[in-house]
Amino acid sequence: MPTRIHPVLGAFAALVFLFLLAPLVIIIGASLSDTTYLTFPPQGLSLRWFANIFQIEAFRRTAITSLQVAFLGTGLSLLIGIPAAYALNRYRVELPRWLSTLFVLPILVPEIVFGFSLLKSITIAAGLPVFPSLILGHALLVLPYSVRVVGASLASFDFSIEEAAMSLGCPPLKTFMTVVLPNIQAGVIAAFILAFITSINDVSVSVFLTGPGISTLPIQILAHMEQFFDPTIASVSVLLMLVTVGVMAIVEATLGLTFLTK
Amino acid sequence: MTKLAKWGLPLPATIAVTVLLIIPVTLTIATTFGEAKGAFSTYAAFFNSGFRRAVLWRTLEVALITTALSLVIGFITAYVIAQMPGRLKSIMIIAAVFPLLTGVVVRSFAWLIILGKNGIINDTLMSIGIINEPLSMLYTEGSVIVAMVYLFVPLMILTLTGVLEGIPRDLIEASASLGARPIPTFFQVILPLATPGLIVGAVLVFTGSFTSYATPQLLGGEKQMMMGTFLYQRAMVTFDWVGASTVAAIMVVITIAVVSIMSRIARRLNPMAV
Repeated sequence: MPTRIHPVLGAFAALVFLFLLAPLVIIIGASLSDTTYLTFPPQGLSLRWFANIFQIEAFRRTAITSLQVAFLGTGLSLLIGIPAAYALNRYRVELPRWLSTLFVLPILVPEIVFGFSLLKSITIAAGLPVFPSLILGHALLVLPYSVRVVGASLASFDFSIEEAAMSLGCPPLKTFMTVVLPNIQAGVIAAFILAFITSINDVSVSVFLTGPGISTLPIQILAHMEQFFDPTIASVSVLLMLVTVGVMAIVEATLGLTFLTK
Repeated sequence: MTKLAKWGLPLPATIAVTVLLIIPVTLTIATTFGEAKGAFSTYAAFFNSGFRRAVLWRTLEVALITTALSLVIGFITAYVIAQMPGRLKSIMIIAAVFPLLTGVVVRSFAWLIILGKNGIINDTLMSIGIINEPLSMLYTEGSVIVAMVYLFVPLMILTLTGVLEGIPRDLIEASASLGARPIPTFFQVILPLATPGLIVGAVLVFTGSFTSYATPQLLGGEKQMMMGTFLYQRAMVTFDWVGASTVAAIMVVITIAVVSIMSRIARRLNPMAV
């Protein structure tokens, strides 16, 4: 690409970044306001709305549920997704093509339709309790990441290394753990991060699956907003942004952020 | 042994998708045909209701406008990013990734502070005396579109930056060395090569905004009901499950139609394909 850009284009891009980042700065400002209503610029500086988060038991409880669901759902999706991705690459020629399409269905079907259908079938018809329903729903929601991202890493894996290990007498599972897995590590980490972020931010599936007593943080935030419009929500949002910063630091340290443009 | 591994390894994931996705969604769609009044009676009821038709049109309109705006904004920004030197480029990518990884609830909430009755825009306009009464900007189609564009521009920027960086430099240099000026080079070399990526981005944004729930819920409310919020309202507020399933079926059909038609077009338009 040519290296010189027209100043009008440069100015346009600068405005786009202002558009992208200003709302987040505004949330940070609003969270620090010493008023009982949401306002920006903040009037008087105070951390009391951050303290207020910890007074509201529902936020703490739902944050824990969100983390549990994200870890268990993502873990489950990797547990069933990695073997599927492996088979799709290792036996690419022999396996039918529809099989790989099958694993992207959770992206193709609208999330809200998926959530509603899960509520009807597993929560109501099959009588599964709320917590396992949430885990299964989230595991399936993020399954495409596990299969596709790990699969992309396996596509560049040289399976003759694996054959070498096996022909030297290494049993299949040990070969996978000590030869294949270290080679696709980056893909597994990437899949984990993308899946985890998707799960922890999910609204459309969770909104149907959360039930009495058990809710996730995003759903709790929505419920809180319907009753109160105070800076507490801004403070919770700031804490969630800090989580995002943490995730980005992990991405940068393990894969480099440029992996996200690939 | 090989046969066992070949079919056994993808089996758990296959069962999970079948039991948790294919069967439940098929059952949802099937219930819409099981009405006593005839197989298509729920669809007739949907399209005969002016309110429901309005919900569908509004959703299509919002999704199309969001897609068009995100394409233009995302493409120009990605074009600038792709030409930046290394360090500046990383900073810009970080600035685009950060909102992308921040949740949809947080990002929609920001617009409540900005567009609300006591929001920043109203405060500013009133303090400099342009208006006396606060404007009602929330719960309009415009507020939903602004928040959706905000939601999807980062996704478009990242998708298109990858696409533009993948265009071989040689082609652009060849075009320039053969005497093409930057603007013809853009329209005759860069744009055709980026078209498949633009289509991928457009499909992602269209289906994402067409099926969204949280953003229309927060910024559109009851007044600007969209397919996602309407489905939720039917299912969880009025408990009209057949009505909700009808909405679900229409969403599935439109989403799959858009994805399959657009990916076919993308394949045909790809100039790099042989």
